[in-house]
Amino acid sequence: MSTTTAPVDNGVNSDALLGARDALREAPAGAQFTWRATSEWVRGTHSRQTIEHFRGLGDEQKHKKAFVLEGDHPEVFASEDHAPTPVETVLAALAGCLTAGVAAVAQNRGIQLRSVKATVEGDHDILGILGGDPEVRNGFNDVRVVFDIDADASDEDIAALVAQSQKRSAVFDALTNPTNVTVSVA
Amino acid sequence: MVLQTTVVIVGAGHSGLAMSRRLAERGIDHVVLERGEVANSWRTERWDSLRLLTPNWQSGLPAFGYAGDDPDGYMSSHQVADHLASYSRAIDAPVRTGVTVTSVAARDGGSAAGGYRVTTDDEIWDTDVVVLANGGSGIANLPPVADGVPSGVLSIAAKDYRSPDALPDGHVLVVGASASGVQLADELSRAGRDVTIAAGEHVRMPRRYRGRDVFWWMDAAGVLDERFDEIDDIVRARHVPSPQLVGSPDRTVDIAALRARGVRVAGRVGRIHDGVAQFSGGLANTVRLADLKLHRLLDRFDEWAARTGAEGLADPERPADTQVDAAPVLQLDLARERVGAIVWATGYRPDYSWLDVPVLDYKGRLPHTGGVVDKAPGLYVLGTTLLRRRRSSYIAGAAQDTADLAEHLSGYLAGRPAGDSERAQQDAEAIA
Repeated sequence: MSTTTAPVDNGVNSDALLGARDALREAPAGAQFTWRATSEWVRGTHSRQTIEHFRGLGDEQKHKKAFVLEGDHPEVFASEDHAPTPVETVLAALAGCLTAGVAAVAQNRGIQLRSVKATVEGDHDILGILGGDPEVRNGFNDVRVVFDIDADASDEDIAALVAQSQKRSAVFDALTNPTNVTVSVA
Repeated sequence: MVLQTTVVIVGAGHSGLAMSRRLAERGIDHVVLERGEVANSWRTERWDSLRLLTPNWQSGLPAFGYAGDDPDGYMSSHQVADHLASYSRAIDAPVRTGVTVTSVAARDGGSAAGGYRVTTDDEIWDTDVVVLANGGSGIANLPPVADGVPSGVLSIAAKDYRSPDALPDGHVLVVGASASGVQLADELSRAGRDVTIAAGEHVRMPRRYRGRDVFWWMDAAGVLDERFDEIDDIVRARHVPSPQLVGSPDRTVDIAALRARGVRVAGRVGRIHDGVAQFSGGLANTVRLADLKLHRLLDRFDEWAARTGAEGLADPERPADTQVDAAPVLQLDLARERVGAIVWATGYRPDYSWLDVPVLDYKGRLPHTGGVVDKAPGLYVLGTTLLRRRRSSYIAGAAQDTADLAEHLSGYLAGRPAGDSERAQQDAEAIA
C-alpha cells in the first residue's frame, strides 16, 4: 500500500466530470450528443474515415483537428492491407473506451495508476460475411478483454475498477446490446 | 362546499398513517384521504405469496411496536394490511376512505404561500400543507422495449401478477432481477415452469450471515441509517433495485440459487423485435459487480462486529462468486421457445398524474430534499425509496421520516407570515 500523501493524478479531471454530470441533470438537452464520421472509398477494400465535428452541449463542436482512420482487409483476404480491418478498429475502440473508464474511475476513487495495459480478442467465423453458412452471424461470436493493471490498490479494488469501467462504457454497451441502425442513400 | 384543514395527507399506508400520528401528537388539524381502504395497495396490488423483506420486529410504527409472537418472521401482504388497519384504529387516524384525489393545485393560482386546493371525486379541501404519502409503487415502470411484445404473449407487470396458475401455459420470461423479479422466477420455477430471467443491474444479499438476518446486520451496523445527503449519488442510489431476498428464513433467491434450480439466466433485455427478445452480452460483468458489492457490504458487517465486539455470531462464511454460462443466451425466439408470458419486474414509480403543481422534472420525477419539496413550500413527500435514509425504503423508516418531516412541517406553519392563516397560528401555539 502506498503511504505517500501526494494527490492521485491519473490526468483525469474528476471534478469537471462530476460537475458536468450535475449540470446536465439540470439541463438534459445539453447531454444529447451526435457523433459523426465521414468516409471515402480509396480503392479496393481500402477506405478513409475522417472525424472532426460533433454535436453536444446544445451546439456544434469540433475536435482540435481532423483525425483520420483507415480501413482495409489483410492479404489473406486478397486485399492490400493498407490499414486495420474495421472489426479490429472496433476492438481497439472497445479497449480505448474501457481504458478511459478505468482511468476516470481510478481518479474518482483515489487510486494512482502506474500502467494500464489491455489485450482484446474477438472470435469471428468469417463464413458469415462470406455467405458460406446461413446459420453463422456476421459479427463476433465472442470478445475477450484482459487487463493488466499496476496501481496502488488491492486486487479486489482493481477488479472493481474494471467492472465499473464496463458498467459506464459506451462501446461496451454498443457491442453488448442491440442498437437501431439505419443505412440510407443520400 | 369547500372543506378546510391544515394538512391533507394523500394515502393511508404506513407513511400516511405514521404522519397522521405525528401531526396528532402536535395537535395539527389534518385529514388522510384514501382512494380505497386503509393499506389499499397491500390488499389489491401484491402477488399471493408476497411477504415483506424485513423481519416483523422492524415493522413498528410510531407508538405502535410489533406486538406479535413471531418477531423474526416476515408478514404476508394481508398481514401488513391488517397491521396497518389495526394501527389506523389504534391512533384513531382521521382517514376518509373511498376518496380519490383528482387534483392538487396551488390555491391562489401559483404561489404556494396561499396553500393548496385538493380536489377529489367526492369533496374539495383547502389546506396549508399537502403530504404526498401515496406510495412509491403506484405505476409499474415498463421499459420502452415492452412495446415490442408480440400479440399472443401476455405482457404483465409484477404488480398485476398473482400466482403461477394465473399465467398462460408455457415458458415465462421474467424481466428484472430485483426482489420482485427473482422471487417470481423462483416461484414460477418451483411451479414447474420453464423460466428465463433477464438480469440487469442487481443487488445480491444473503438472507442470513453469521447466523443473523441481513436486516439485523444492516440495522446494527448503521447501513439503514445512512442519510440521503451522505450518499455519493442520491439520484442513482434511489434507482438501485431492491435486494435479491425473499421473506423466508431459509430461502435464497439470488442468481446462483435460481441457476441451480434450472432457471436460465440472461443479460438485460435490449430489444424485443419480430418475436425475438435480445439480451445484453454484459451479464458476466453484471453479476461480477453484484458480487463485489456483496463483499463490500459483508466486509462492513465484519468490521462493525470486530469493532464493537458483538457476541454470539457464527464464523464468517461468504457466498461463492456467481457463475454464469460462458456464452449466456443472447436471444430468445418467443414462439419457438413457447413463451406464454413476459413478467416485468422492472420497478415502480409514484403516480403524480393528479399533481397540478409544476414541480416534476423532465422525467416526471418529483425533486425533493429528504421529503421536502423545495420548489413548493408546504408540499411534502413520504414513503419513497431512500427518501431520507436507507431505512425509508421499508416500513421501519416511517417512524423517523415522519418525525423529521413533522418537525419541518410545523416549523413551516409557524413561520408563515402573521395573519396568513389563523390555523397556522394556533398550530404554532400548540407546538410551543
